[in-house]
Amino acid sequence: MANIKERNEIKKTVDTATLEDKTQGETKPEIIREPIFKTNNFNLWYGDNHALQDINLTFNKNEISAIIGPSGCGKSTFVKSLNRMVELVPIVRTEGEILYRDQDIFERKFTVEELRTKVGMVFQKPNPFPKSIYDNVAYGPRVHGIRKKQILDEIVEKSLRDAAIWDEVKDRLNENAIGLSGGQQQRICIARALATEPDVILMDEPTSALDPISTTKVEDLMQELKKNYSIVVVTHNMQQAARVSDTTAFFYQGYVVEHDDTKVIFENPRDQRTEDYVSGRFG
Amino acid sequence: MQLIDKNLIAKKRNGRLMTNKILKWLFFLCTLVGLAVLISLIVDTLIDAVGYLDLHFLTSMGSSRIEEAGFYGAIIGSLWLMLVTVPVAIFLSVATALYLEEYAPENRVTEFIKINISNLAGVPSVVFGLLGLAIFVRAMAMGNSVLAAGLTLALMILPVIVVSSQEAIRSVPSTVREASIGMGATKWQTVSRIILPAAIPGIITGIILAISRAIGETAPLVVIGVPTTLLVTPNGFLDSFQAMPMQIYSWVKMPQEEYQYLAAAGIIVLLVILLLMNSAAIFIRNKFSTRY
Repeated sequence: MANIKERNEIKKTVDTATLEDKTQGETKPEIIREPIFKTNNFNLWYGDNHALQDINLTFNKNEISAIIGPSGCGKSTFVKSLNRMVELVPIVRTEGEILYRDQDIFERKFTVEELRTKVGMVFQKPNPFPKSIYDNVAYGPRVHGIRKKQILDEIVEKSLRDAAIWDEVKDRLNENAIGLSGGQQQRICIARALATEPDVILMDEPTSALDPISTTKVEDLMQELKKNYSIVVVTHNMQQAARVSDTTAFFYQGYVVEHDDTKVIFENPRDQRTEDYVSGRFG
Repeated sequence: MQLIDKNLIAKKRNGRLMTNKILKWLFFLCTLVGLAVLISLIVDTLIDAVGYLDLHFLTSMGSSRIEEAGFYGAIIGSLWLMLVTVPVAIFLSVATALYLEEYAPENRVTEFIKINISNLAGVPSVVFGLLGLAIFVRAMAMGNSVLAAGLTLALMILPVIVVSSQEAIRSVPSTVREASIGMGATKWQTVSRIILPAAIPGIITGIILAISRAIGETAPLVVIGVPTTLLVTPNGFLDSFQAMPMQIYSWVKMPQEEYQYLAAAGIIVLLVILLLMNSAAIFIRNKFSTRY
């Protein structure tokens, strides 16, 4: 199977011509992979610490892209760079490009507010607001100026349904979200991210604080969500990456060791370190 | 091999338990000292005040004849004073705290300002009185008006509210801050919808402490030259006024014994008004209380 990066470059030269893409010697017909995020020699420093080094990655539309790697390898930093949340740390300095739909996210006219509206985020620890379930989910739309009760009602219901938690909370939308279990809180947070109708959802170890049952629910949900959204997920859990993702990038000490289809990464990695990591020999 | 000598542990156990018990009672006694002083103070004042604390006292202006003297002018004057001090102090200090915690870049200048605001909270009130005298009374020609005194007291309590508001803002978990910003909310939307509601209980605690201090403060008013006896209540912010602590102070200074009883009655009124304002603030605080 061809390397994704190469494939995307090929695709770029032939633009959106579907047929040609299919003739690249693939054994089975595939859906076209349209890049949504592309980084060009992206570097990041925390003060003097060169945390991300020459990152060149491409993530595709309607796919789940997993990022794995040992603690401190820069995977969280990287995913937070995609919506510029990393800039909340004052000593951060970046270099290089991150293209979201061919637009550099660091360009002046592309405001962070607009970027973060399009690129939503689900965090490691469930972080609902100390408000009602309804107000949590309606927060994003309200922030963007939607006031009509009727529309908000619809958004809240749809988002909660999409996050597979509607049935559990539909009778208590006015209760404080803090009172829910951890797994429910995380799905409320996913619903809250969906409510702004983002294009991409970044997930930073979304299940690391959850029990196995809640984890399964969130993983199933991710499969469901990728029909309409593109997902980039950071995970510590290699089984999770293997189960849910289409492509996997292995980060190690601030650079990308290998990025390929998940199957390749787990079954036939090219780099020895990748093989060692996915087989649990270090990390 | 045994590293721990079980006999030694058994021998030391009684000592540990004894220390524990003794300290518990010591701490309780210390609490009792404060409590006893407070109660005896209130009881003593009440006994002095009881004959003089009546409707006449509450509704009459000051007078040179003891049996006619009342506290009305001072009560109204102090309320006017708070009408200036409280809004000005709250607005300025919450805005300052928000700027320092949420907007200001993290650098040495910000750090310097933060440290100095804490230091400002320790400046004696007389110094603020002198500042008010120089700036508001003289330079801005406000005279010894409600406005001049109110602004002076506002400046005096500013650092107290700033510091407690900073603490309250800082205690809002950064995770909810990130959640809001991560959805494309602006800084102000995050501040007004998430941070302020969560920080309000802490901010109000600071406000309660600050107002309690402002309403009982005498020294700055003496420096500004607030009159002790007036025959009218103020009609506007630029009018002269009386204040409760000033009235009490002037009564206490009098040689006749009856004035001491009037002062005691004044203290009780001051305490009751303080208590009412605090209860209102606590009520608001509990309404806003959220948990994480």
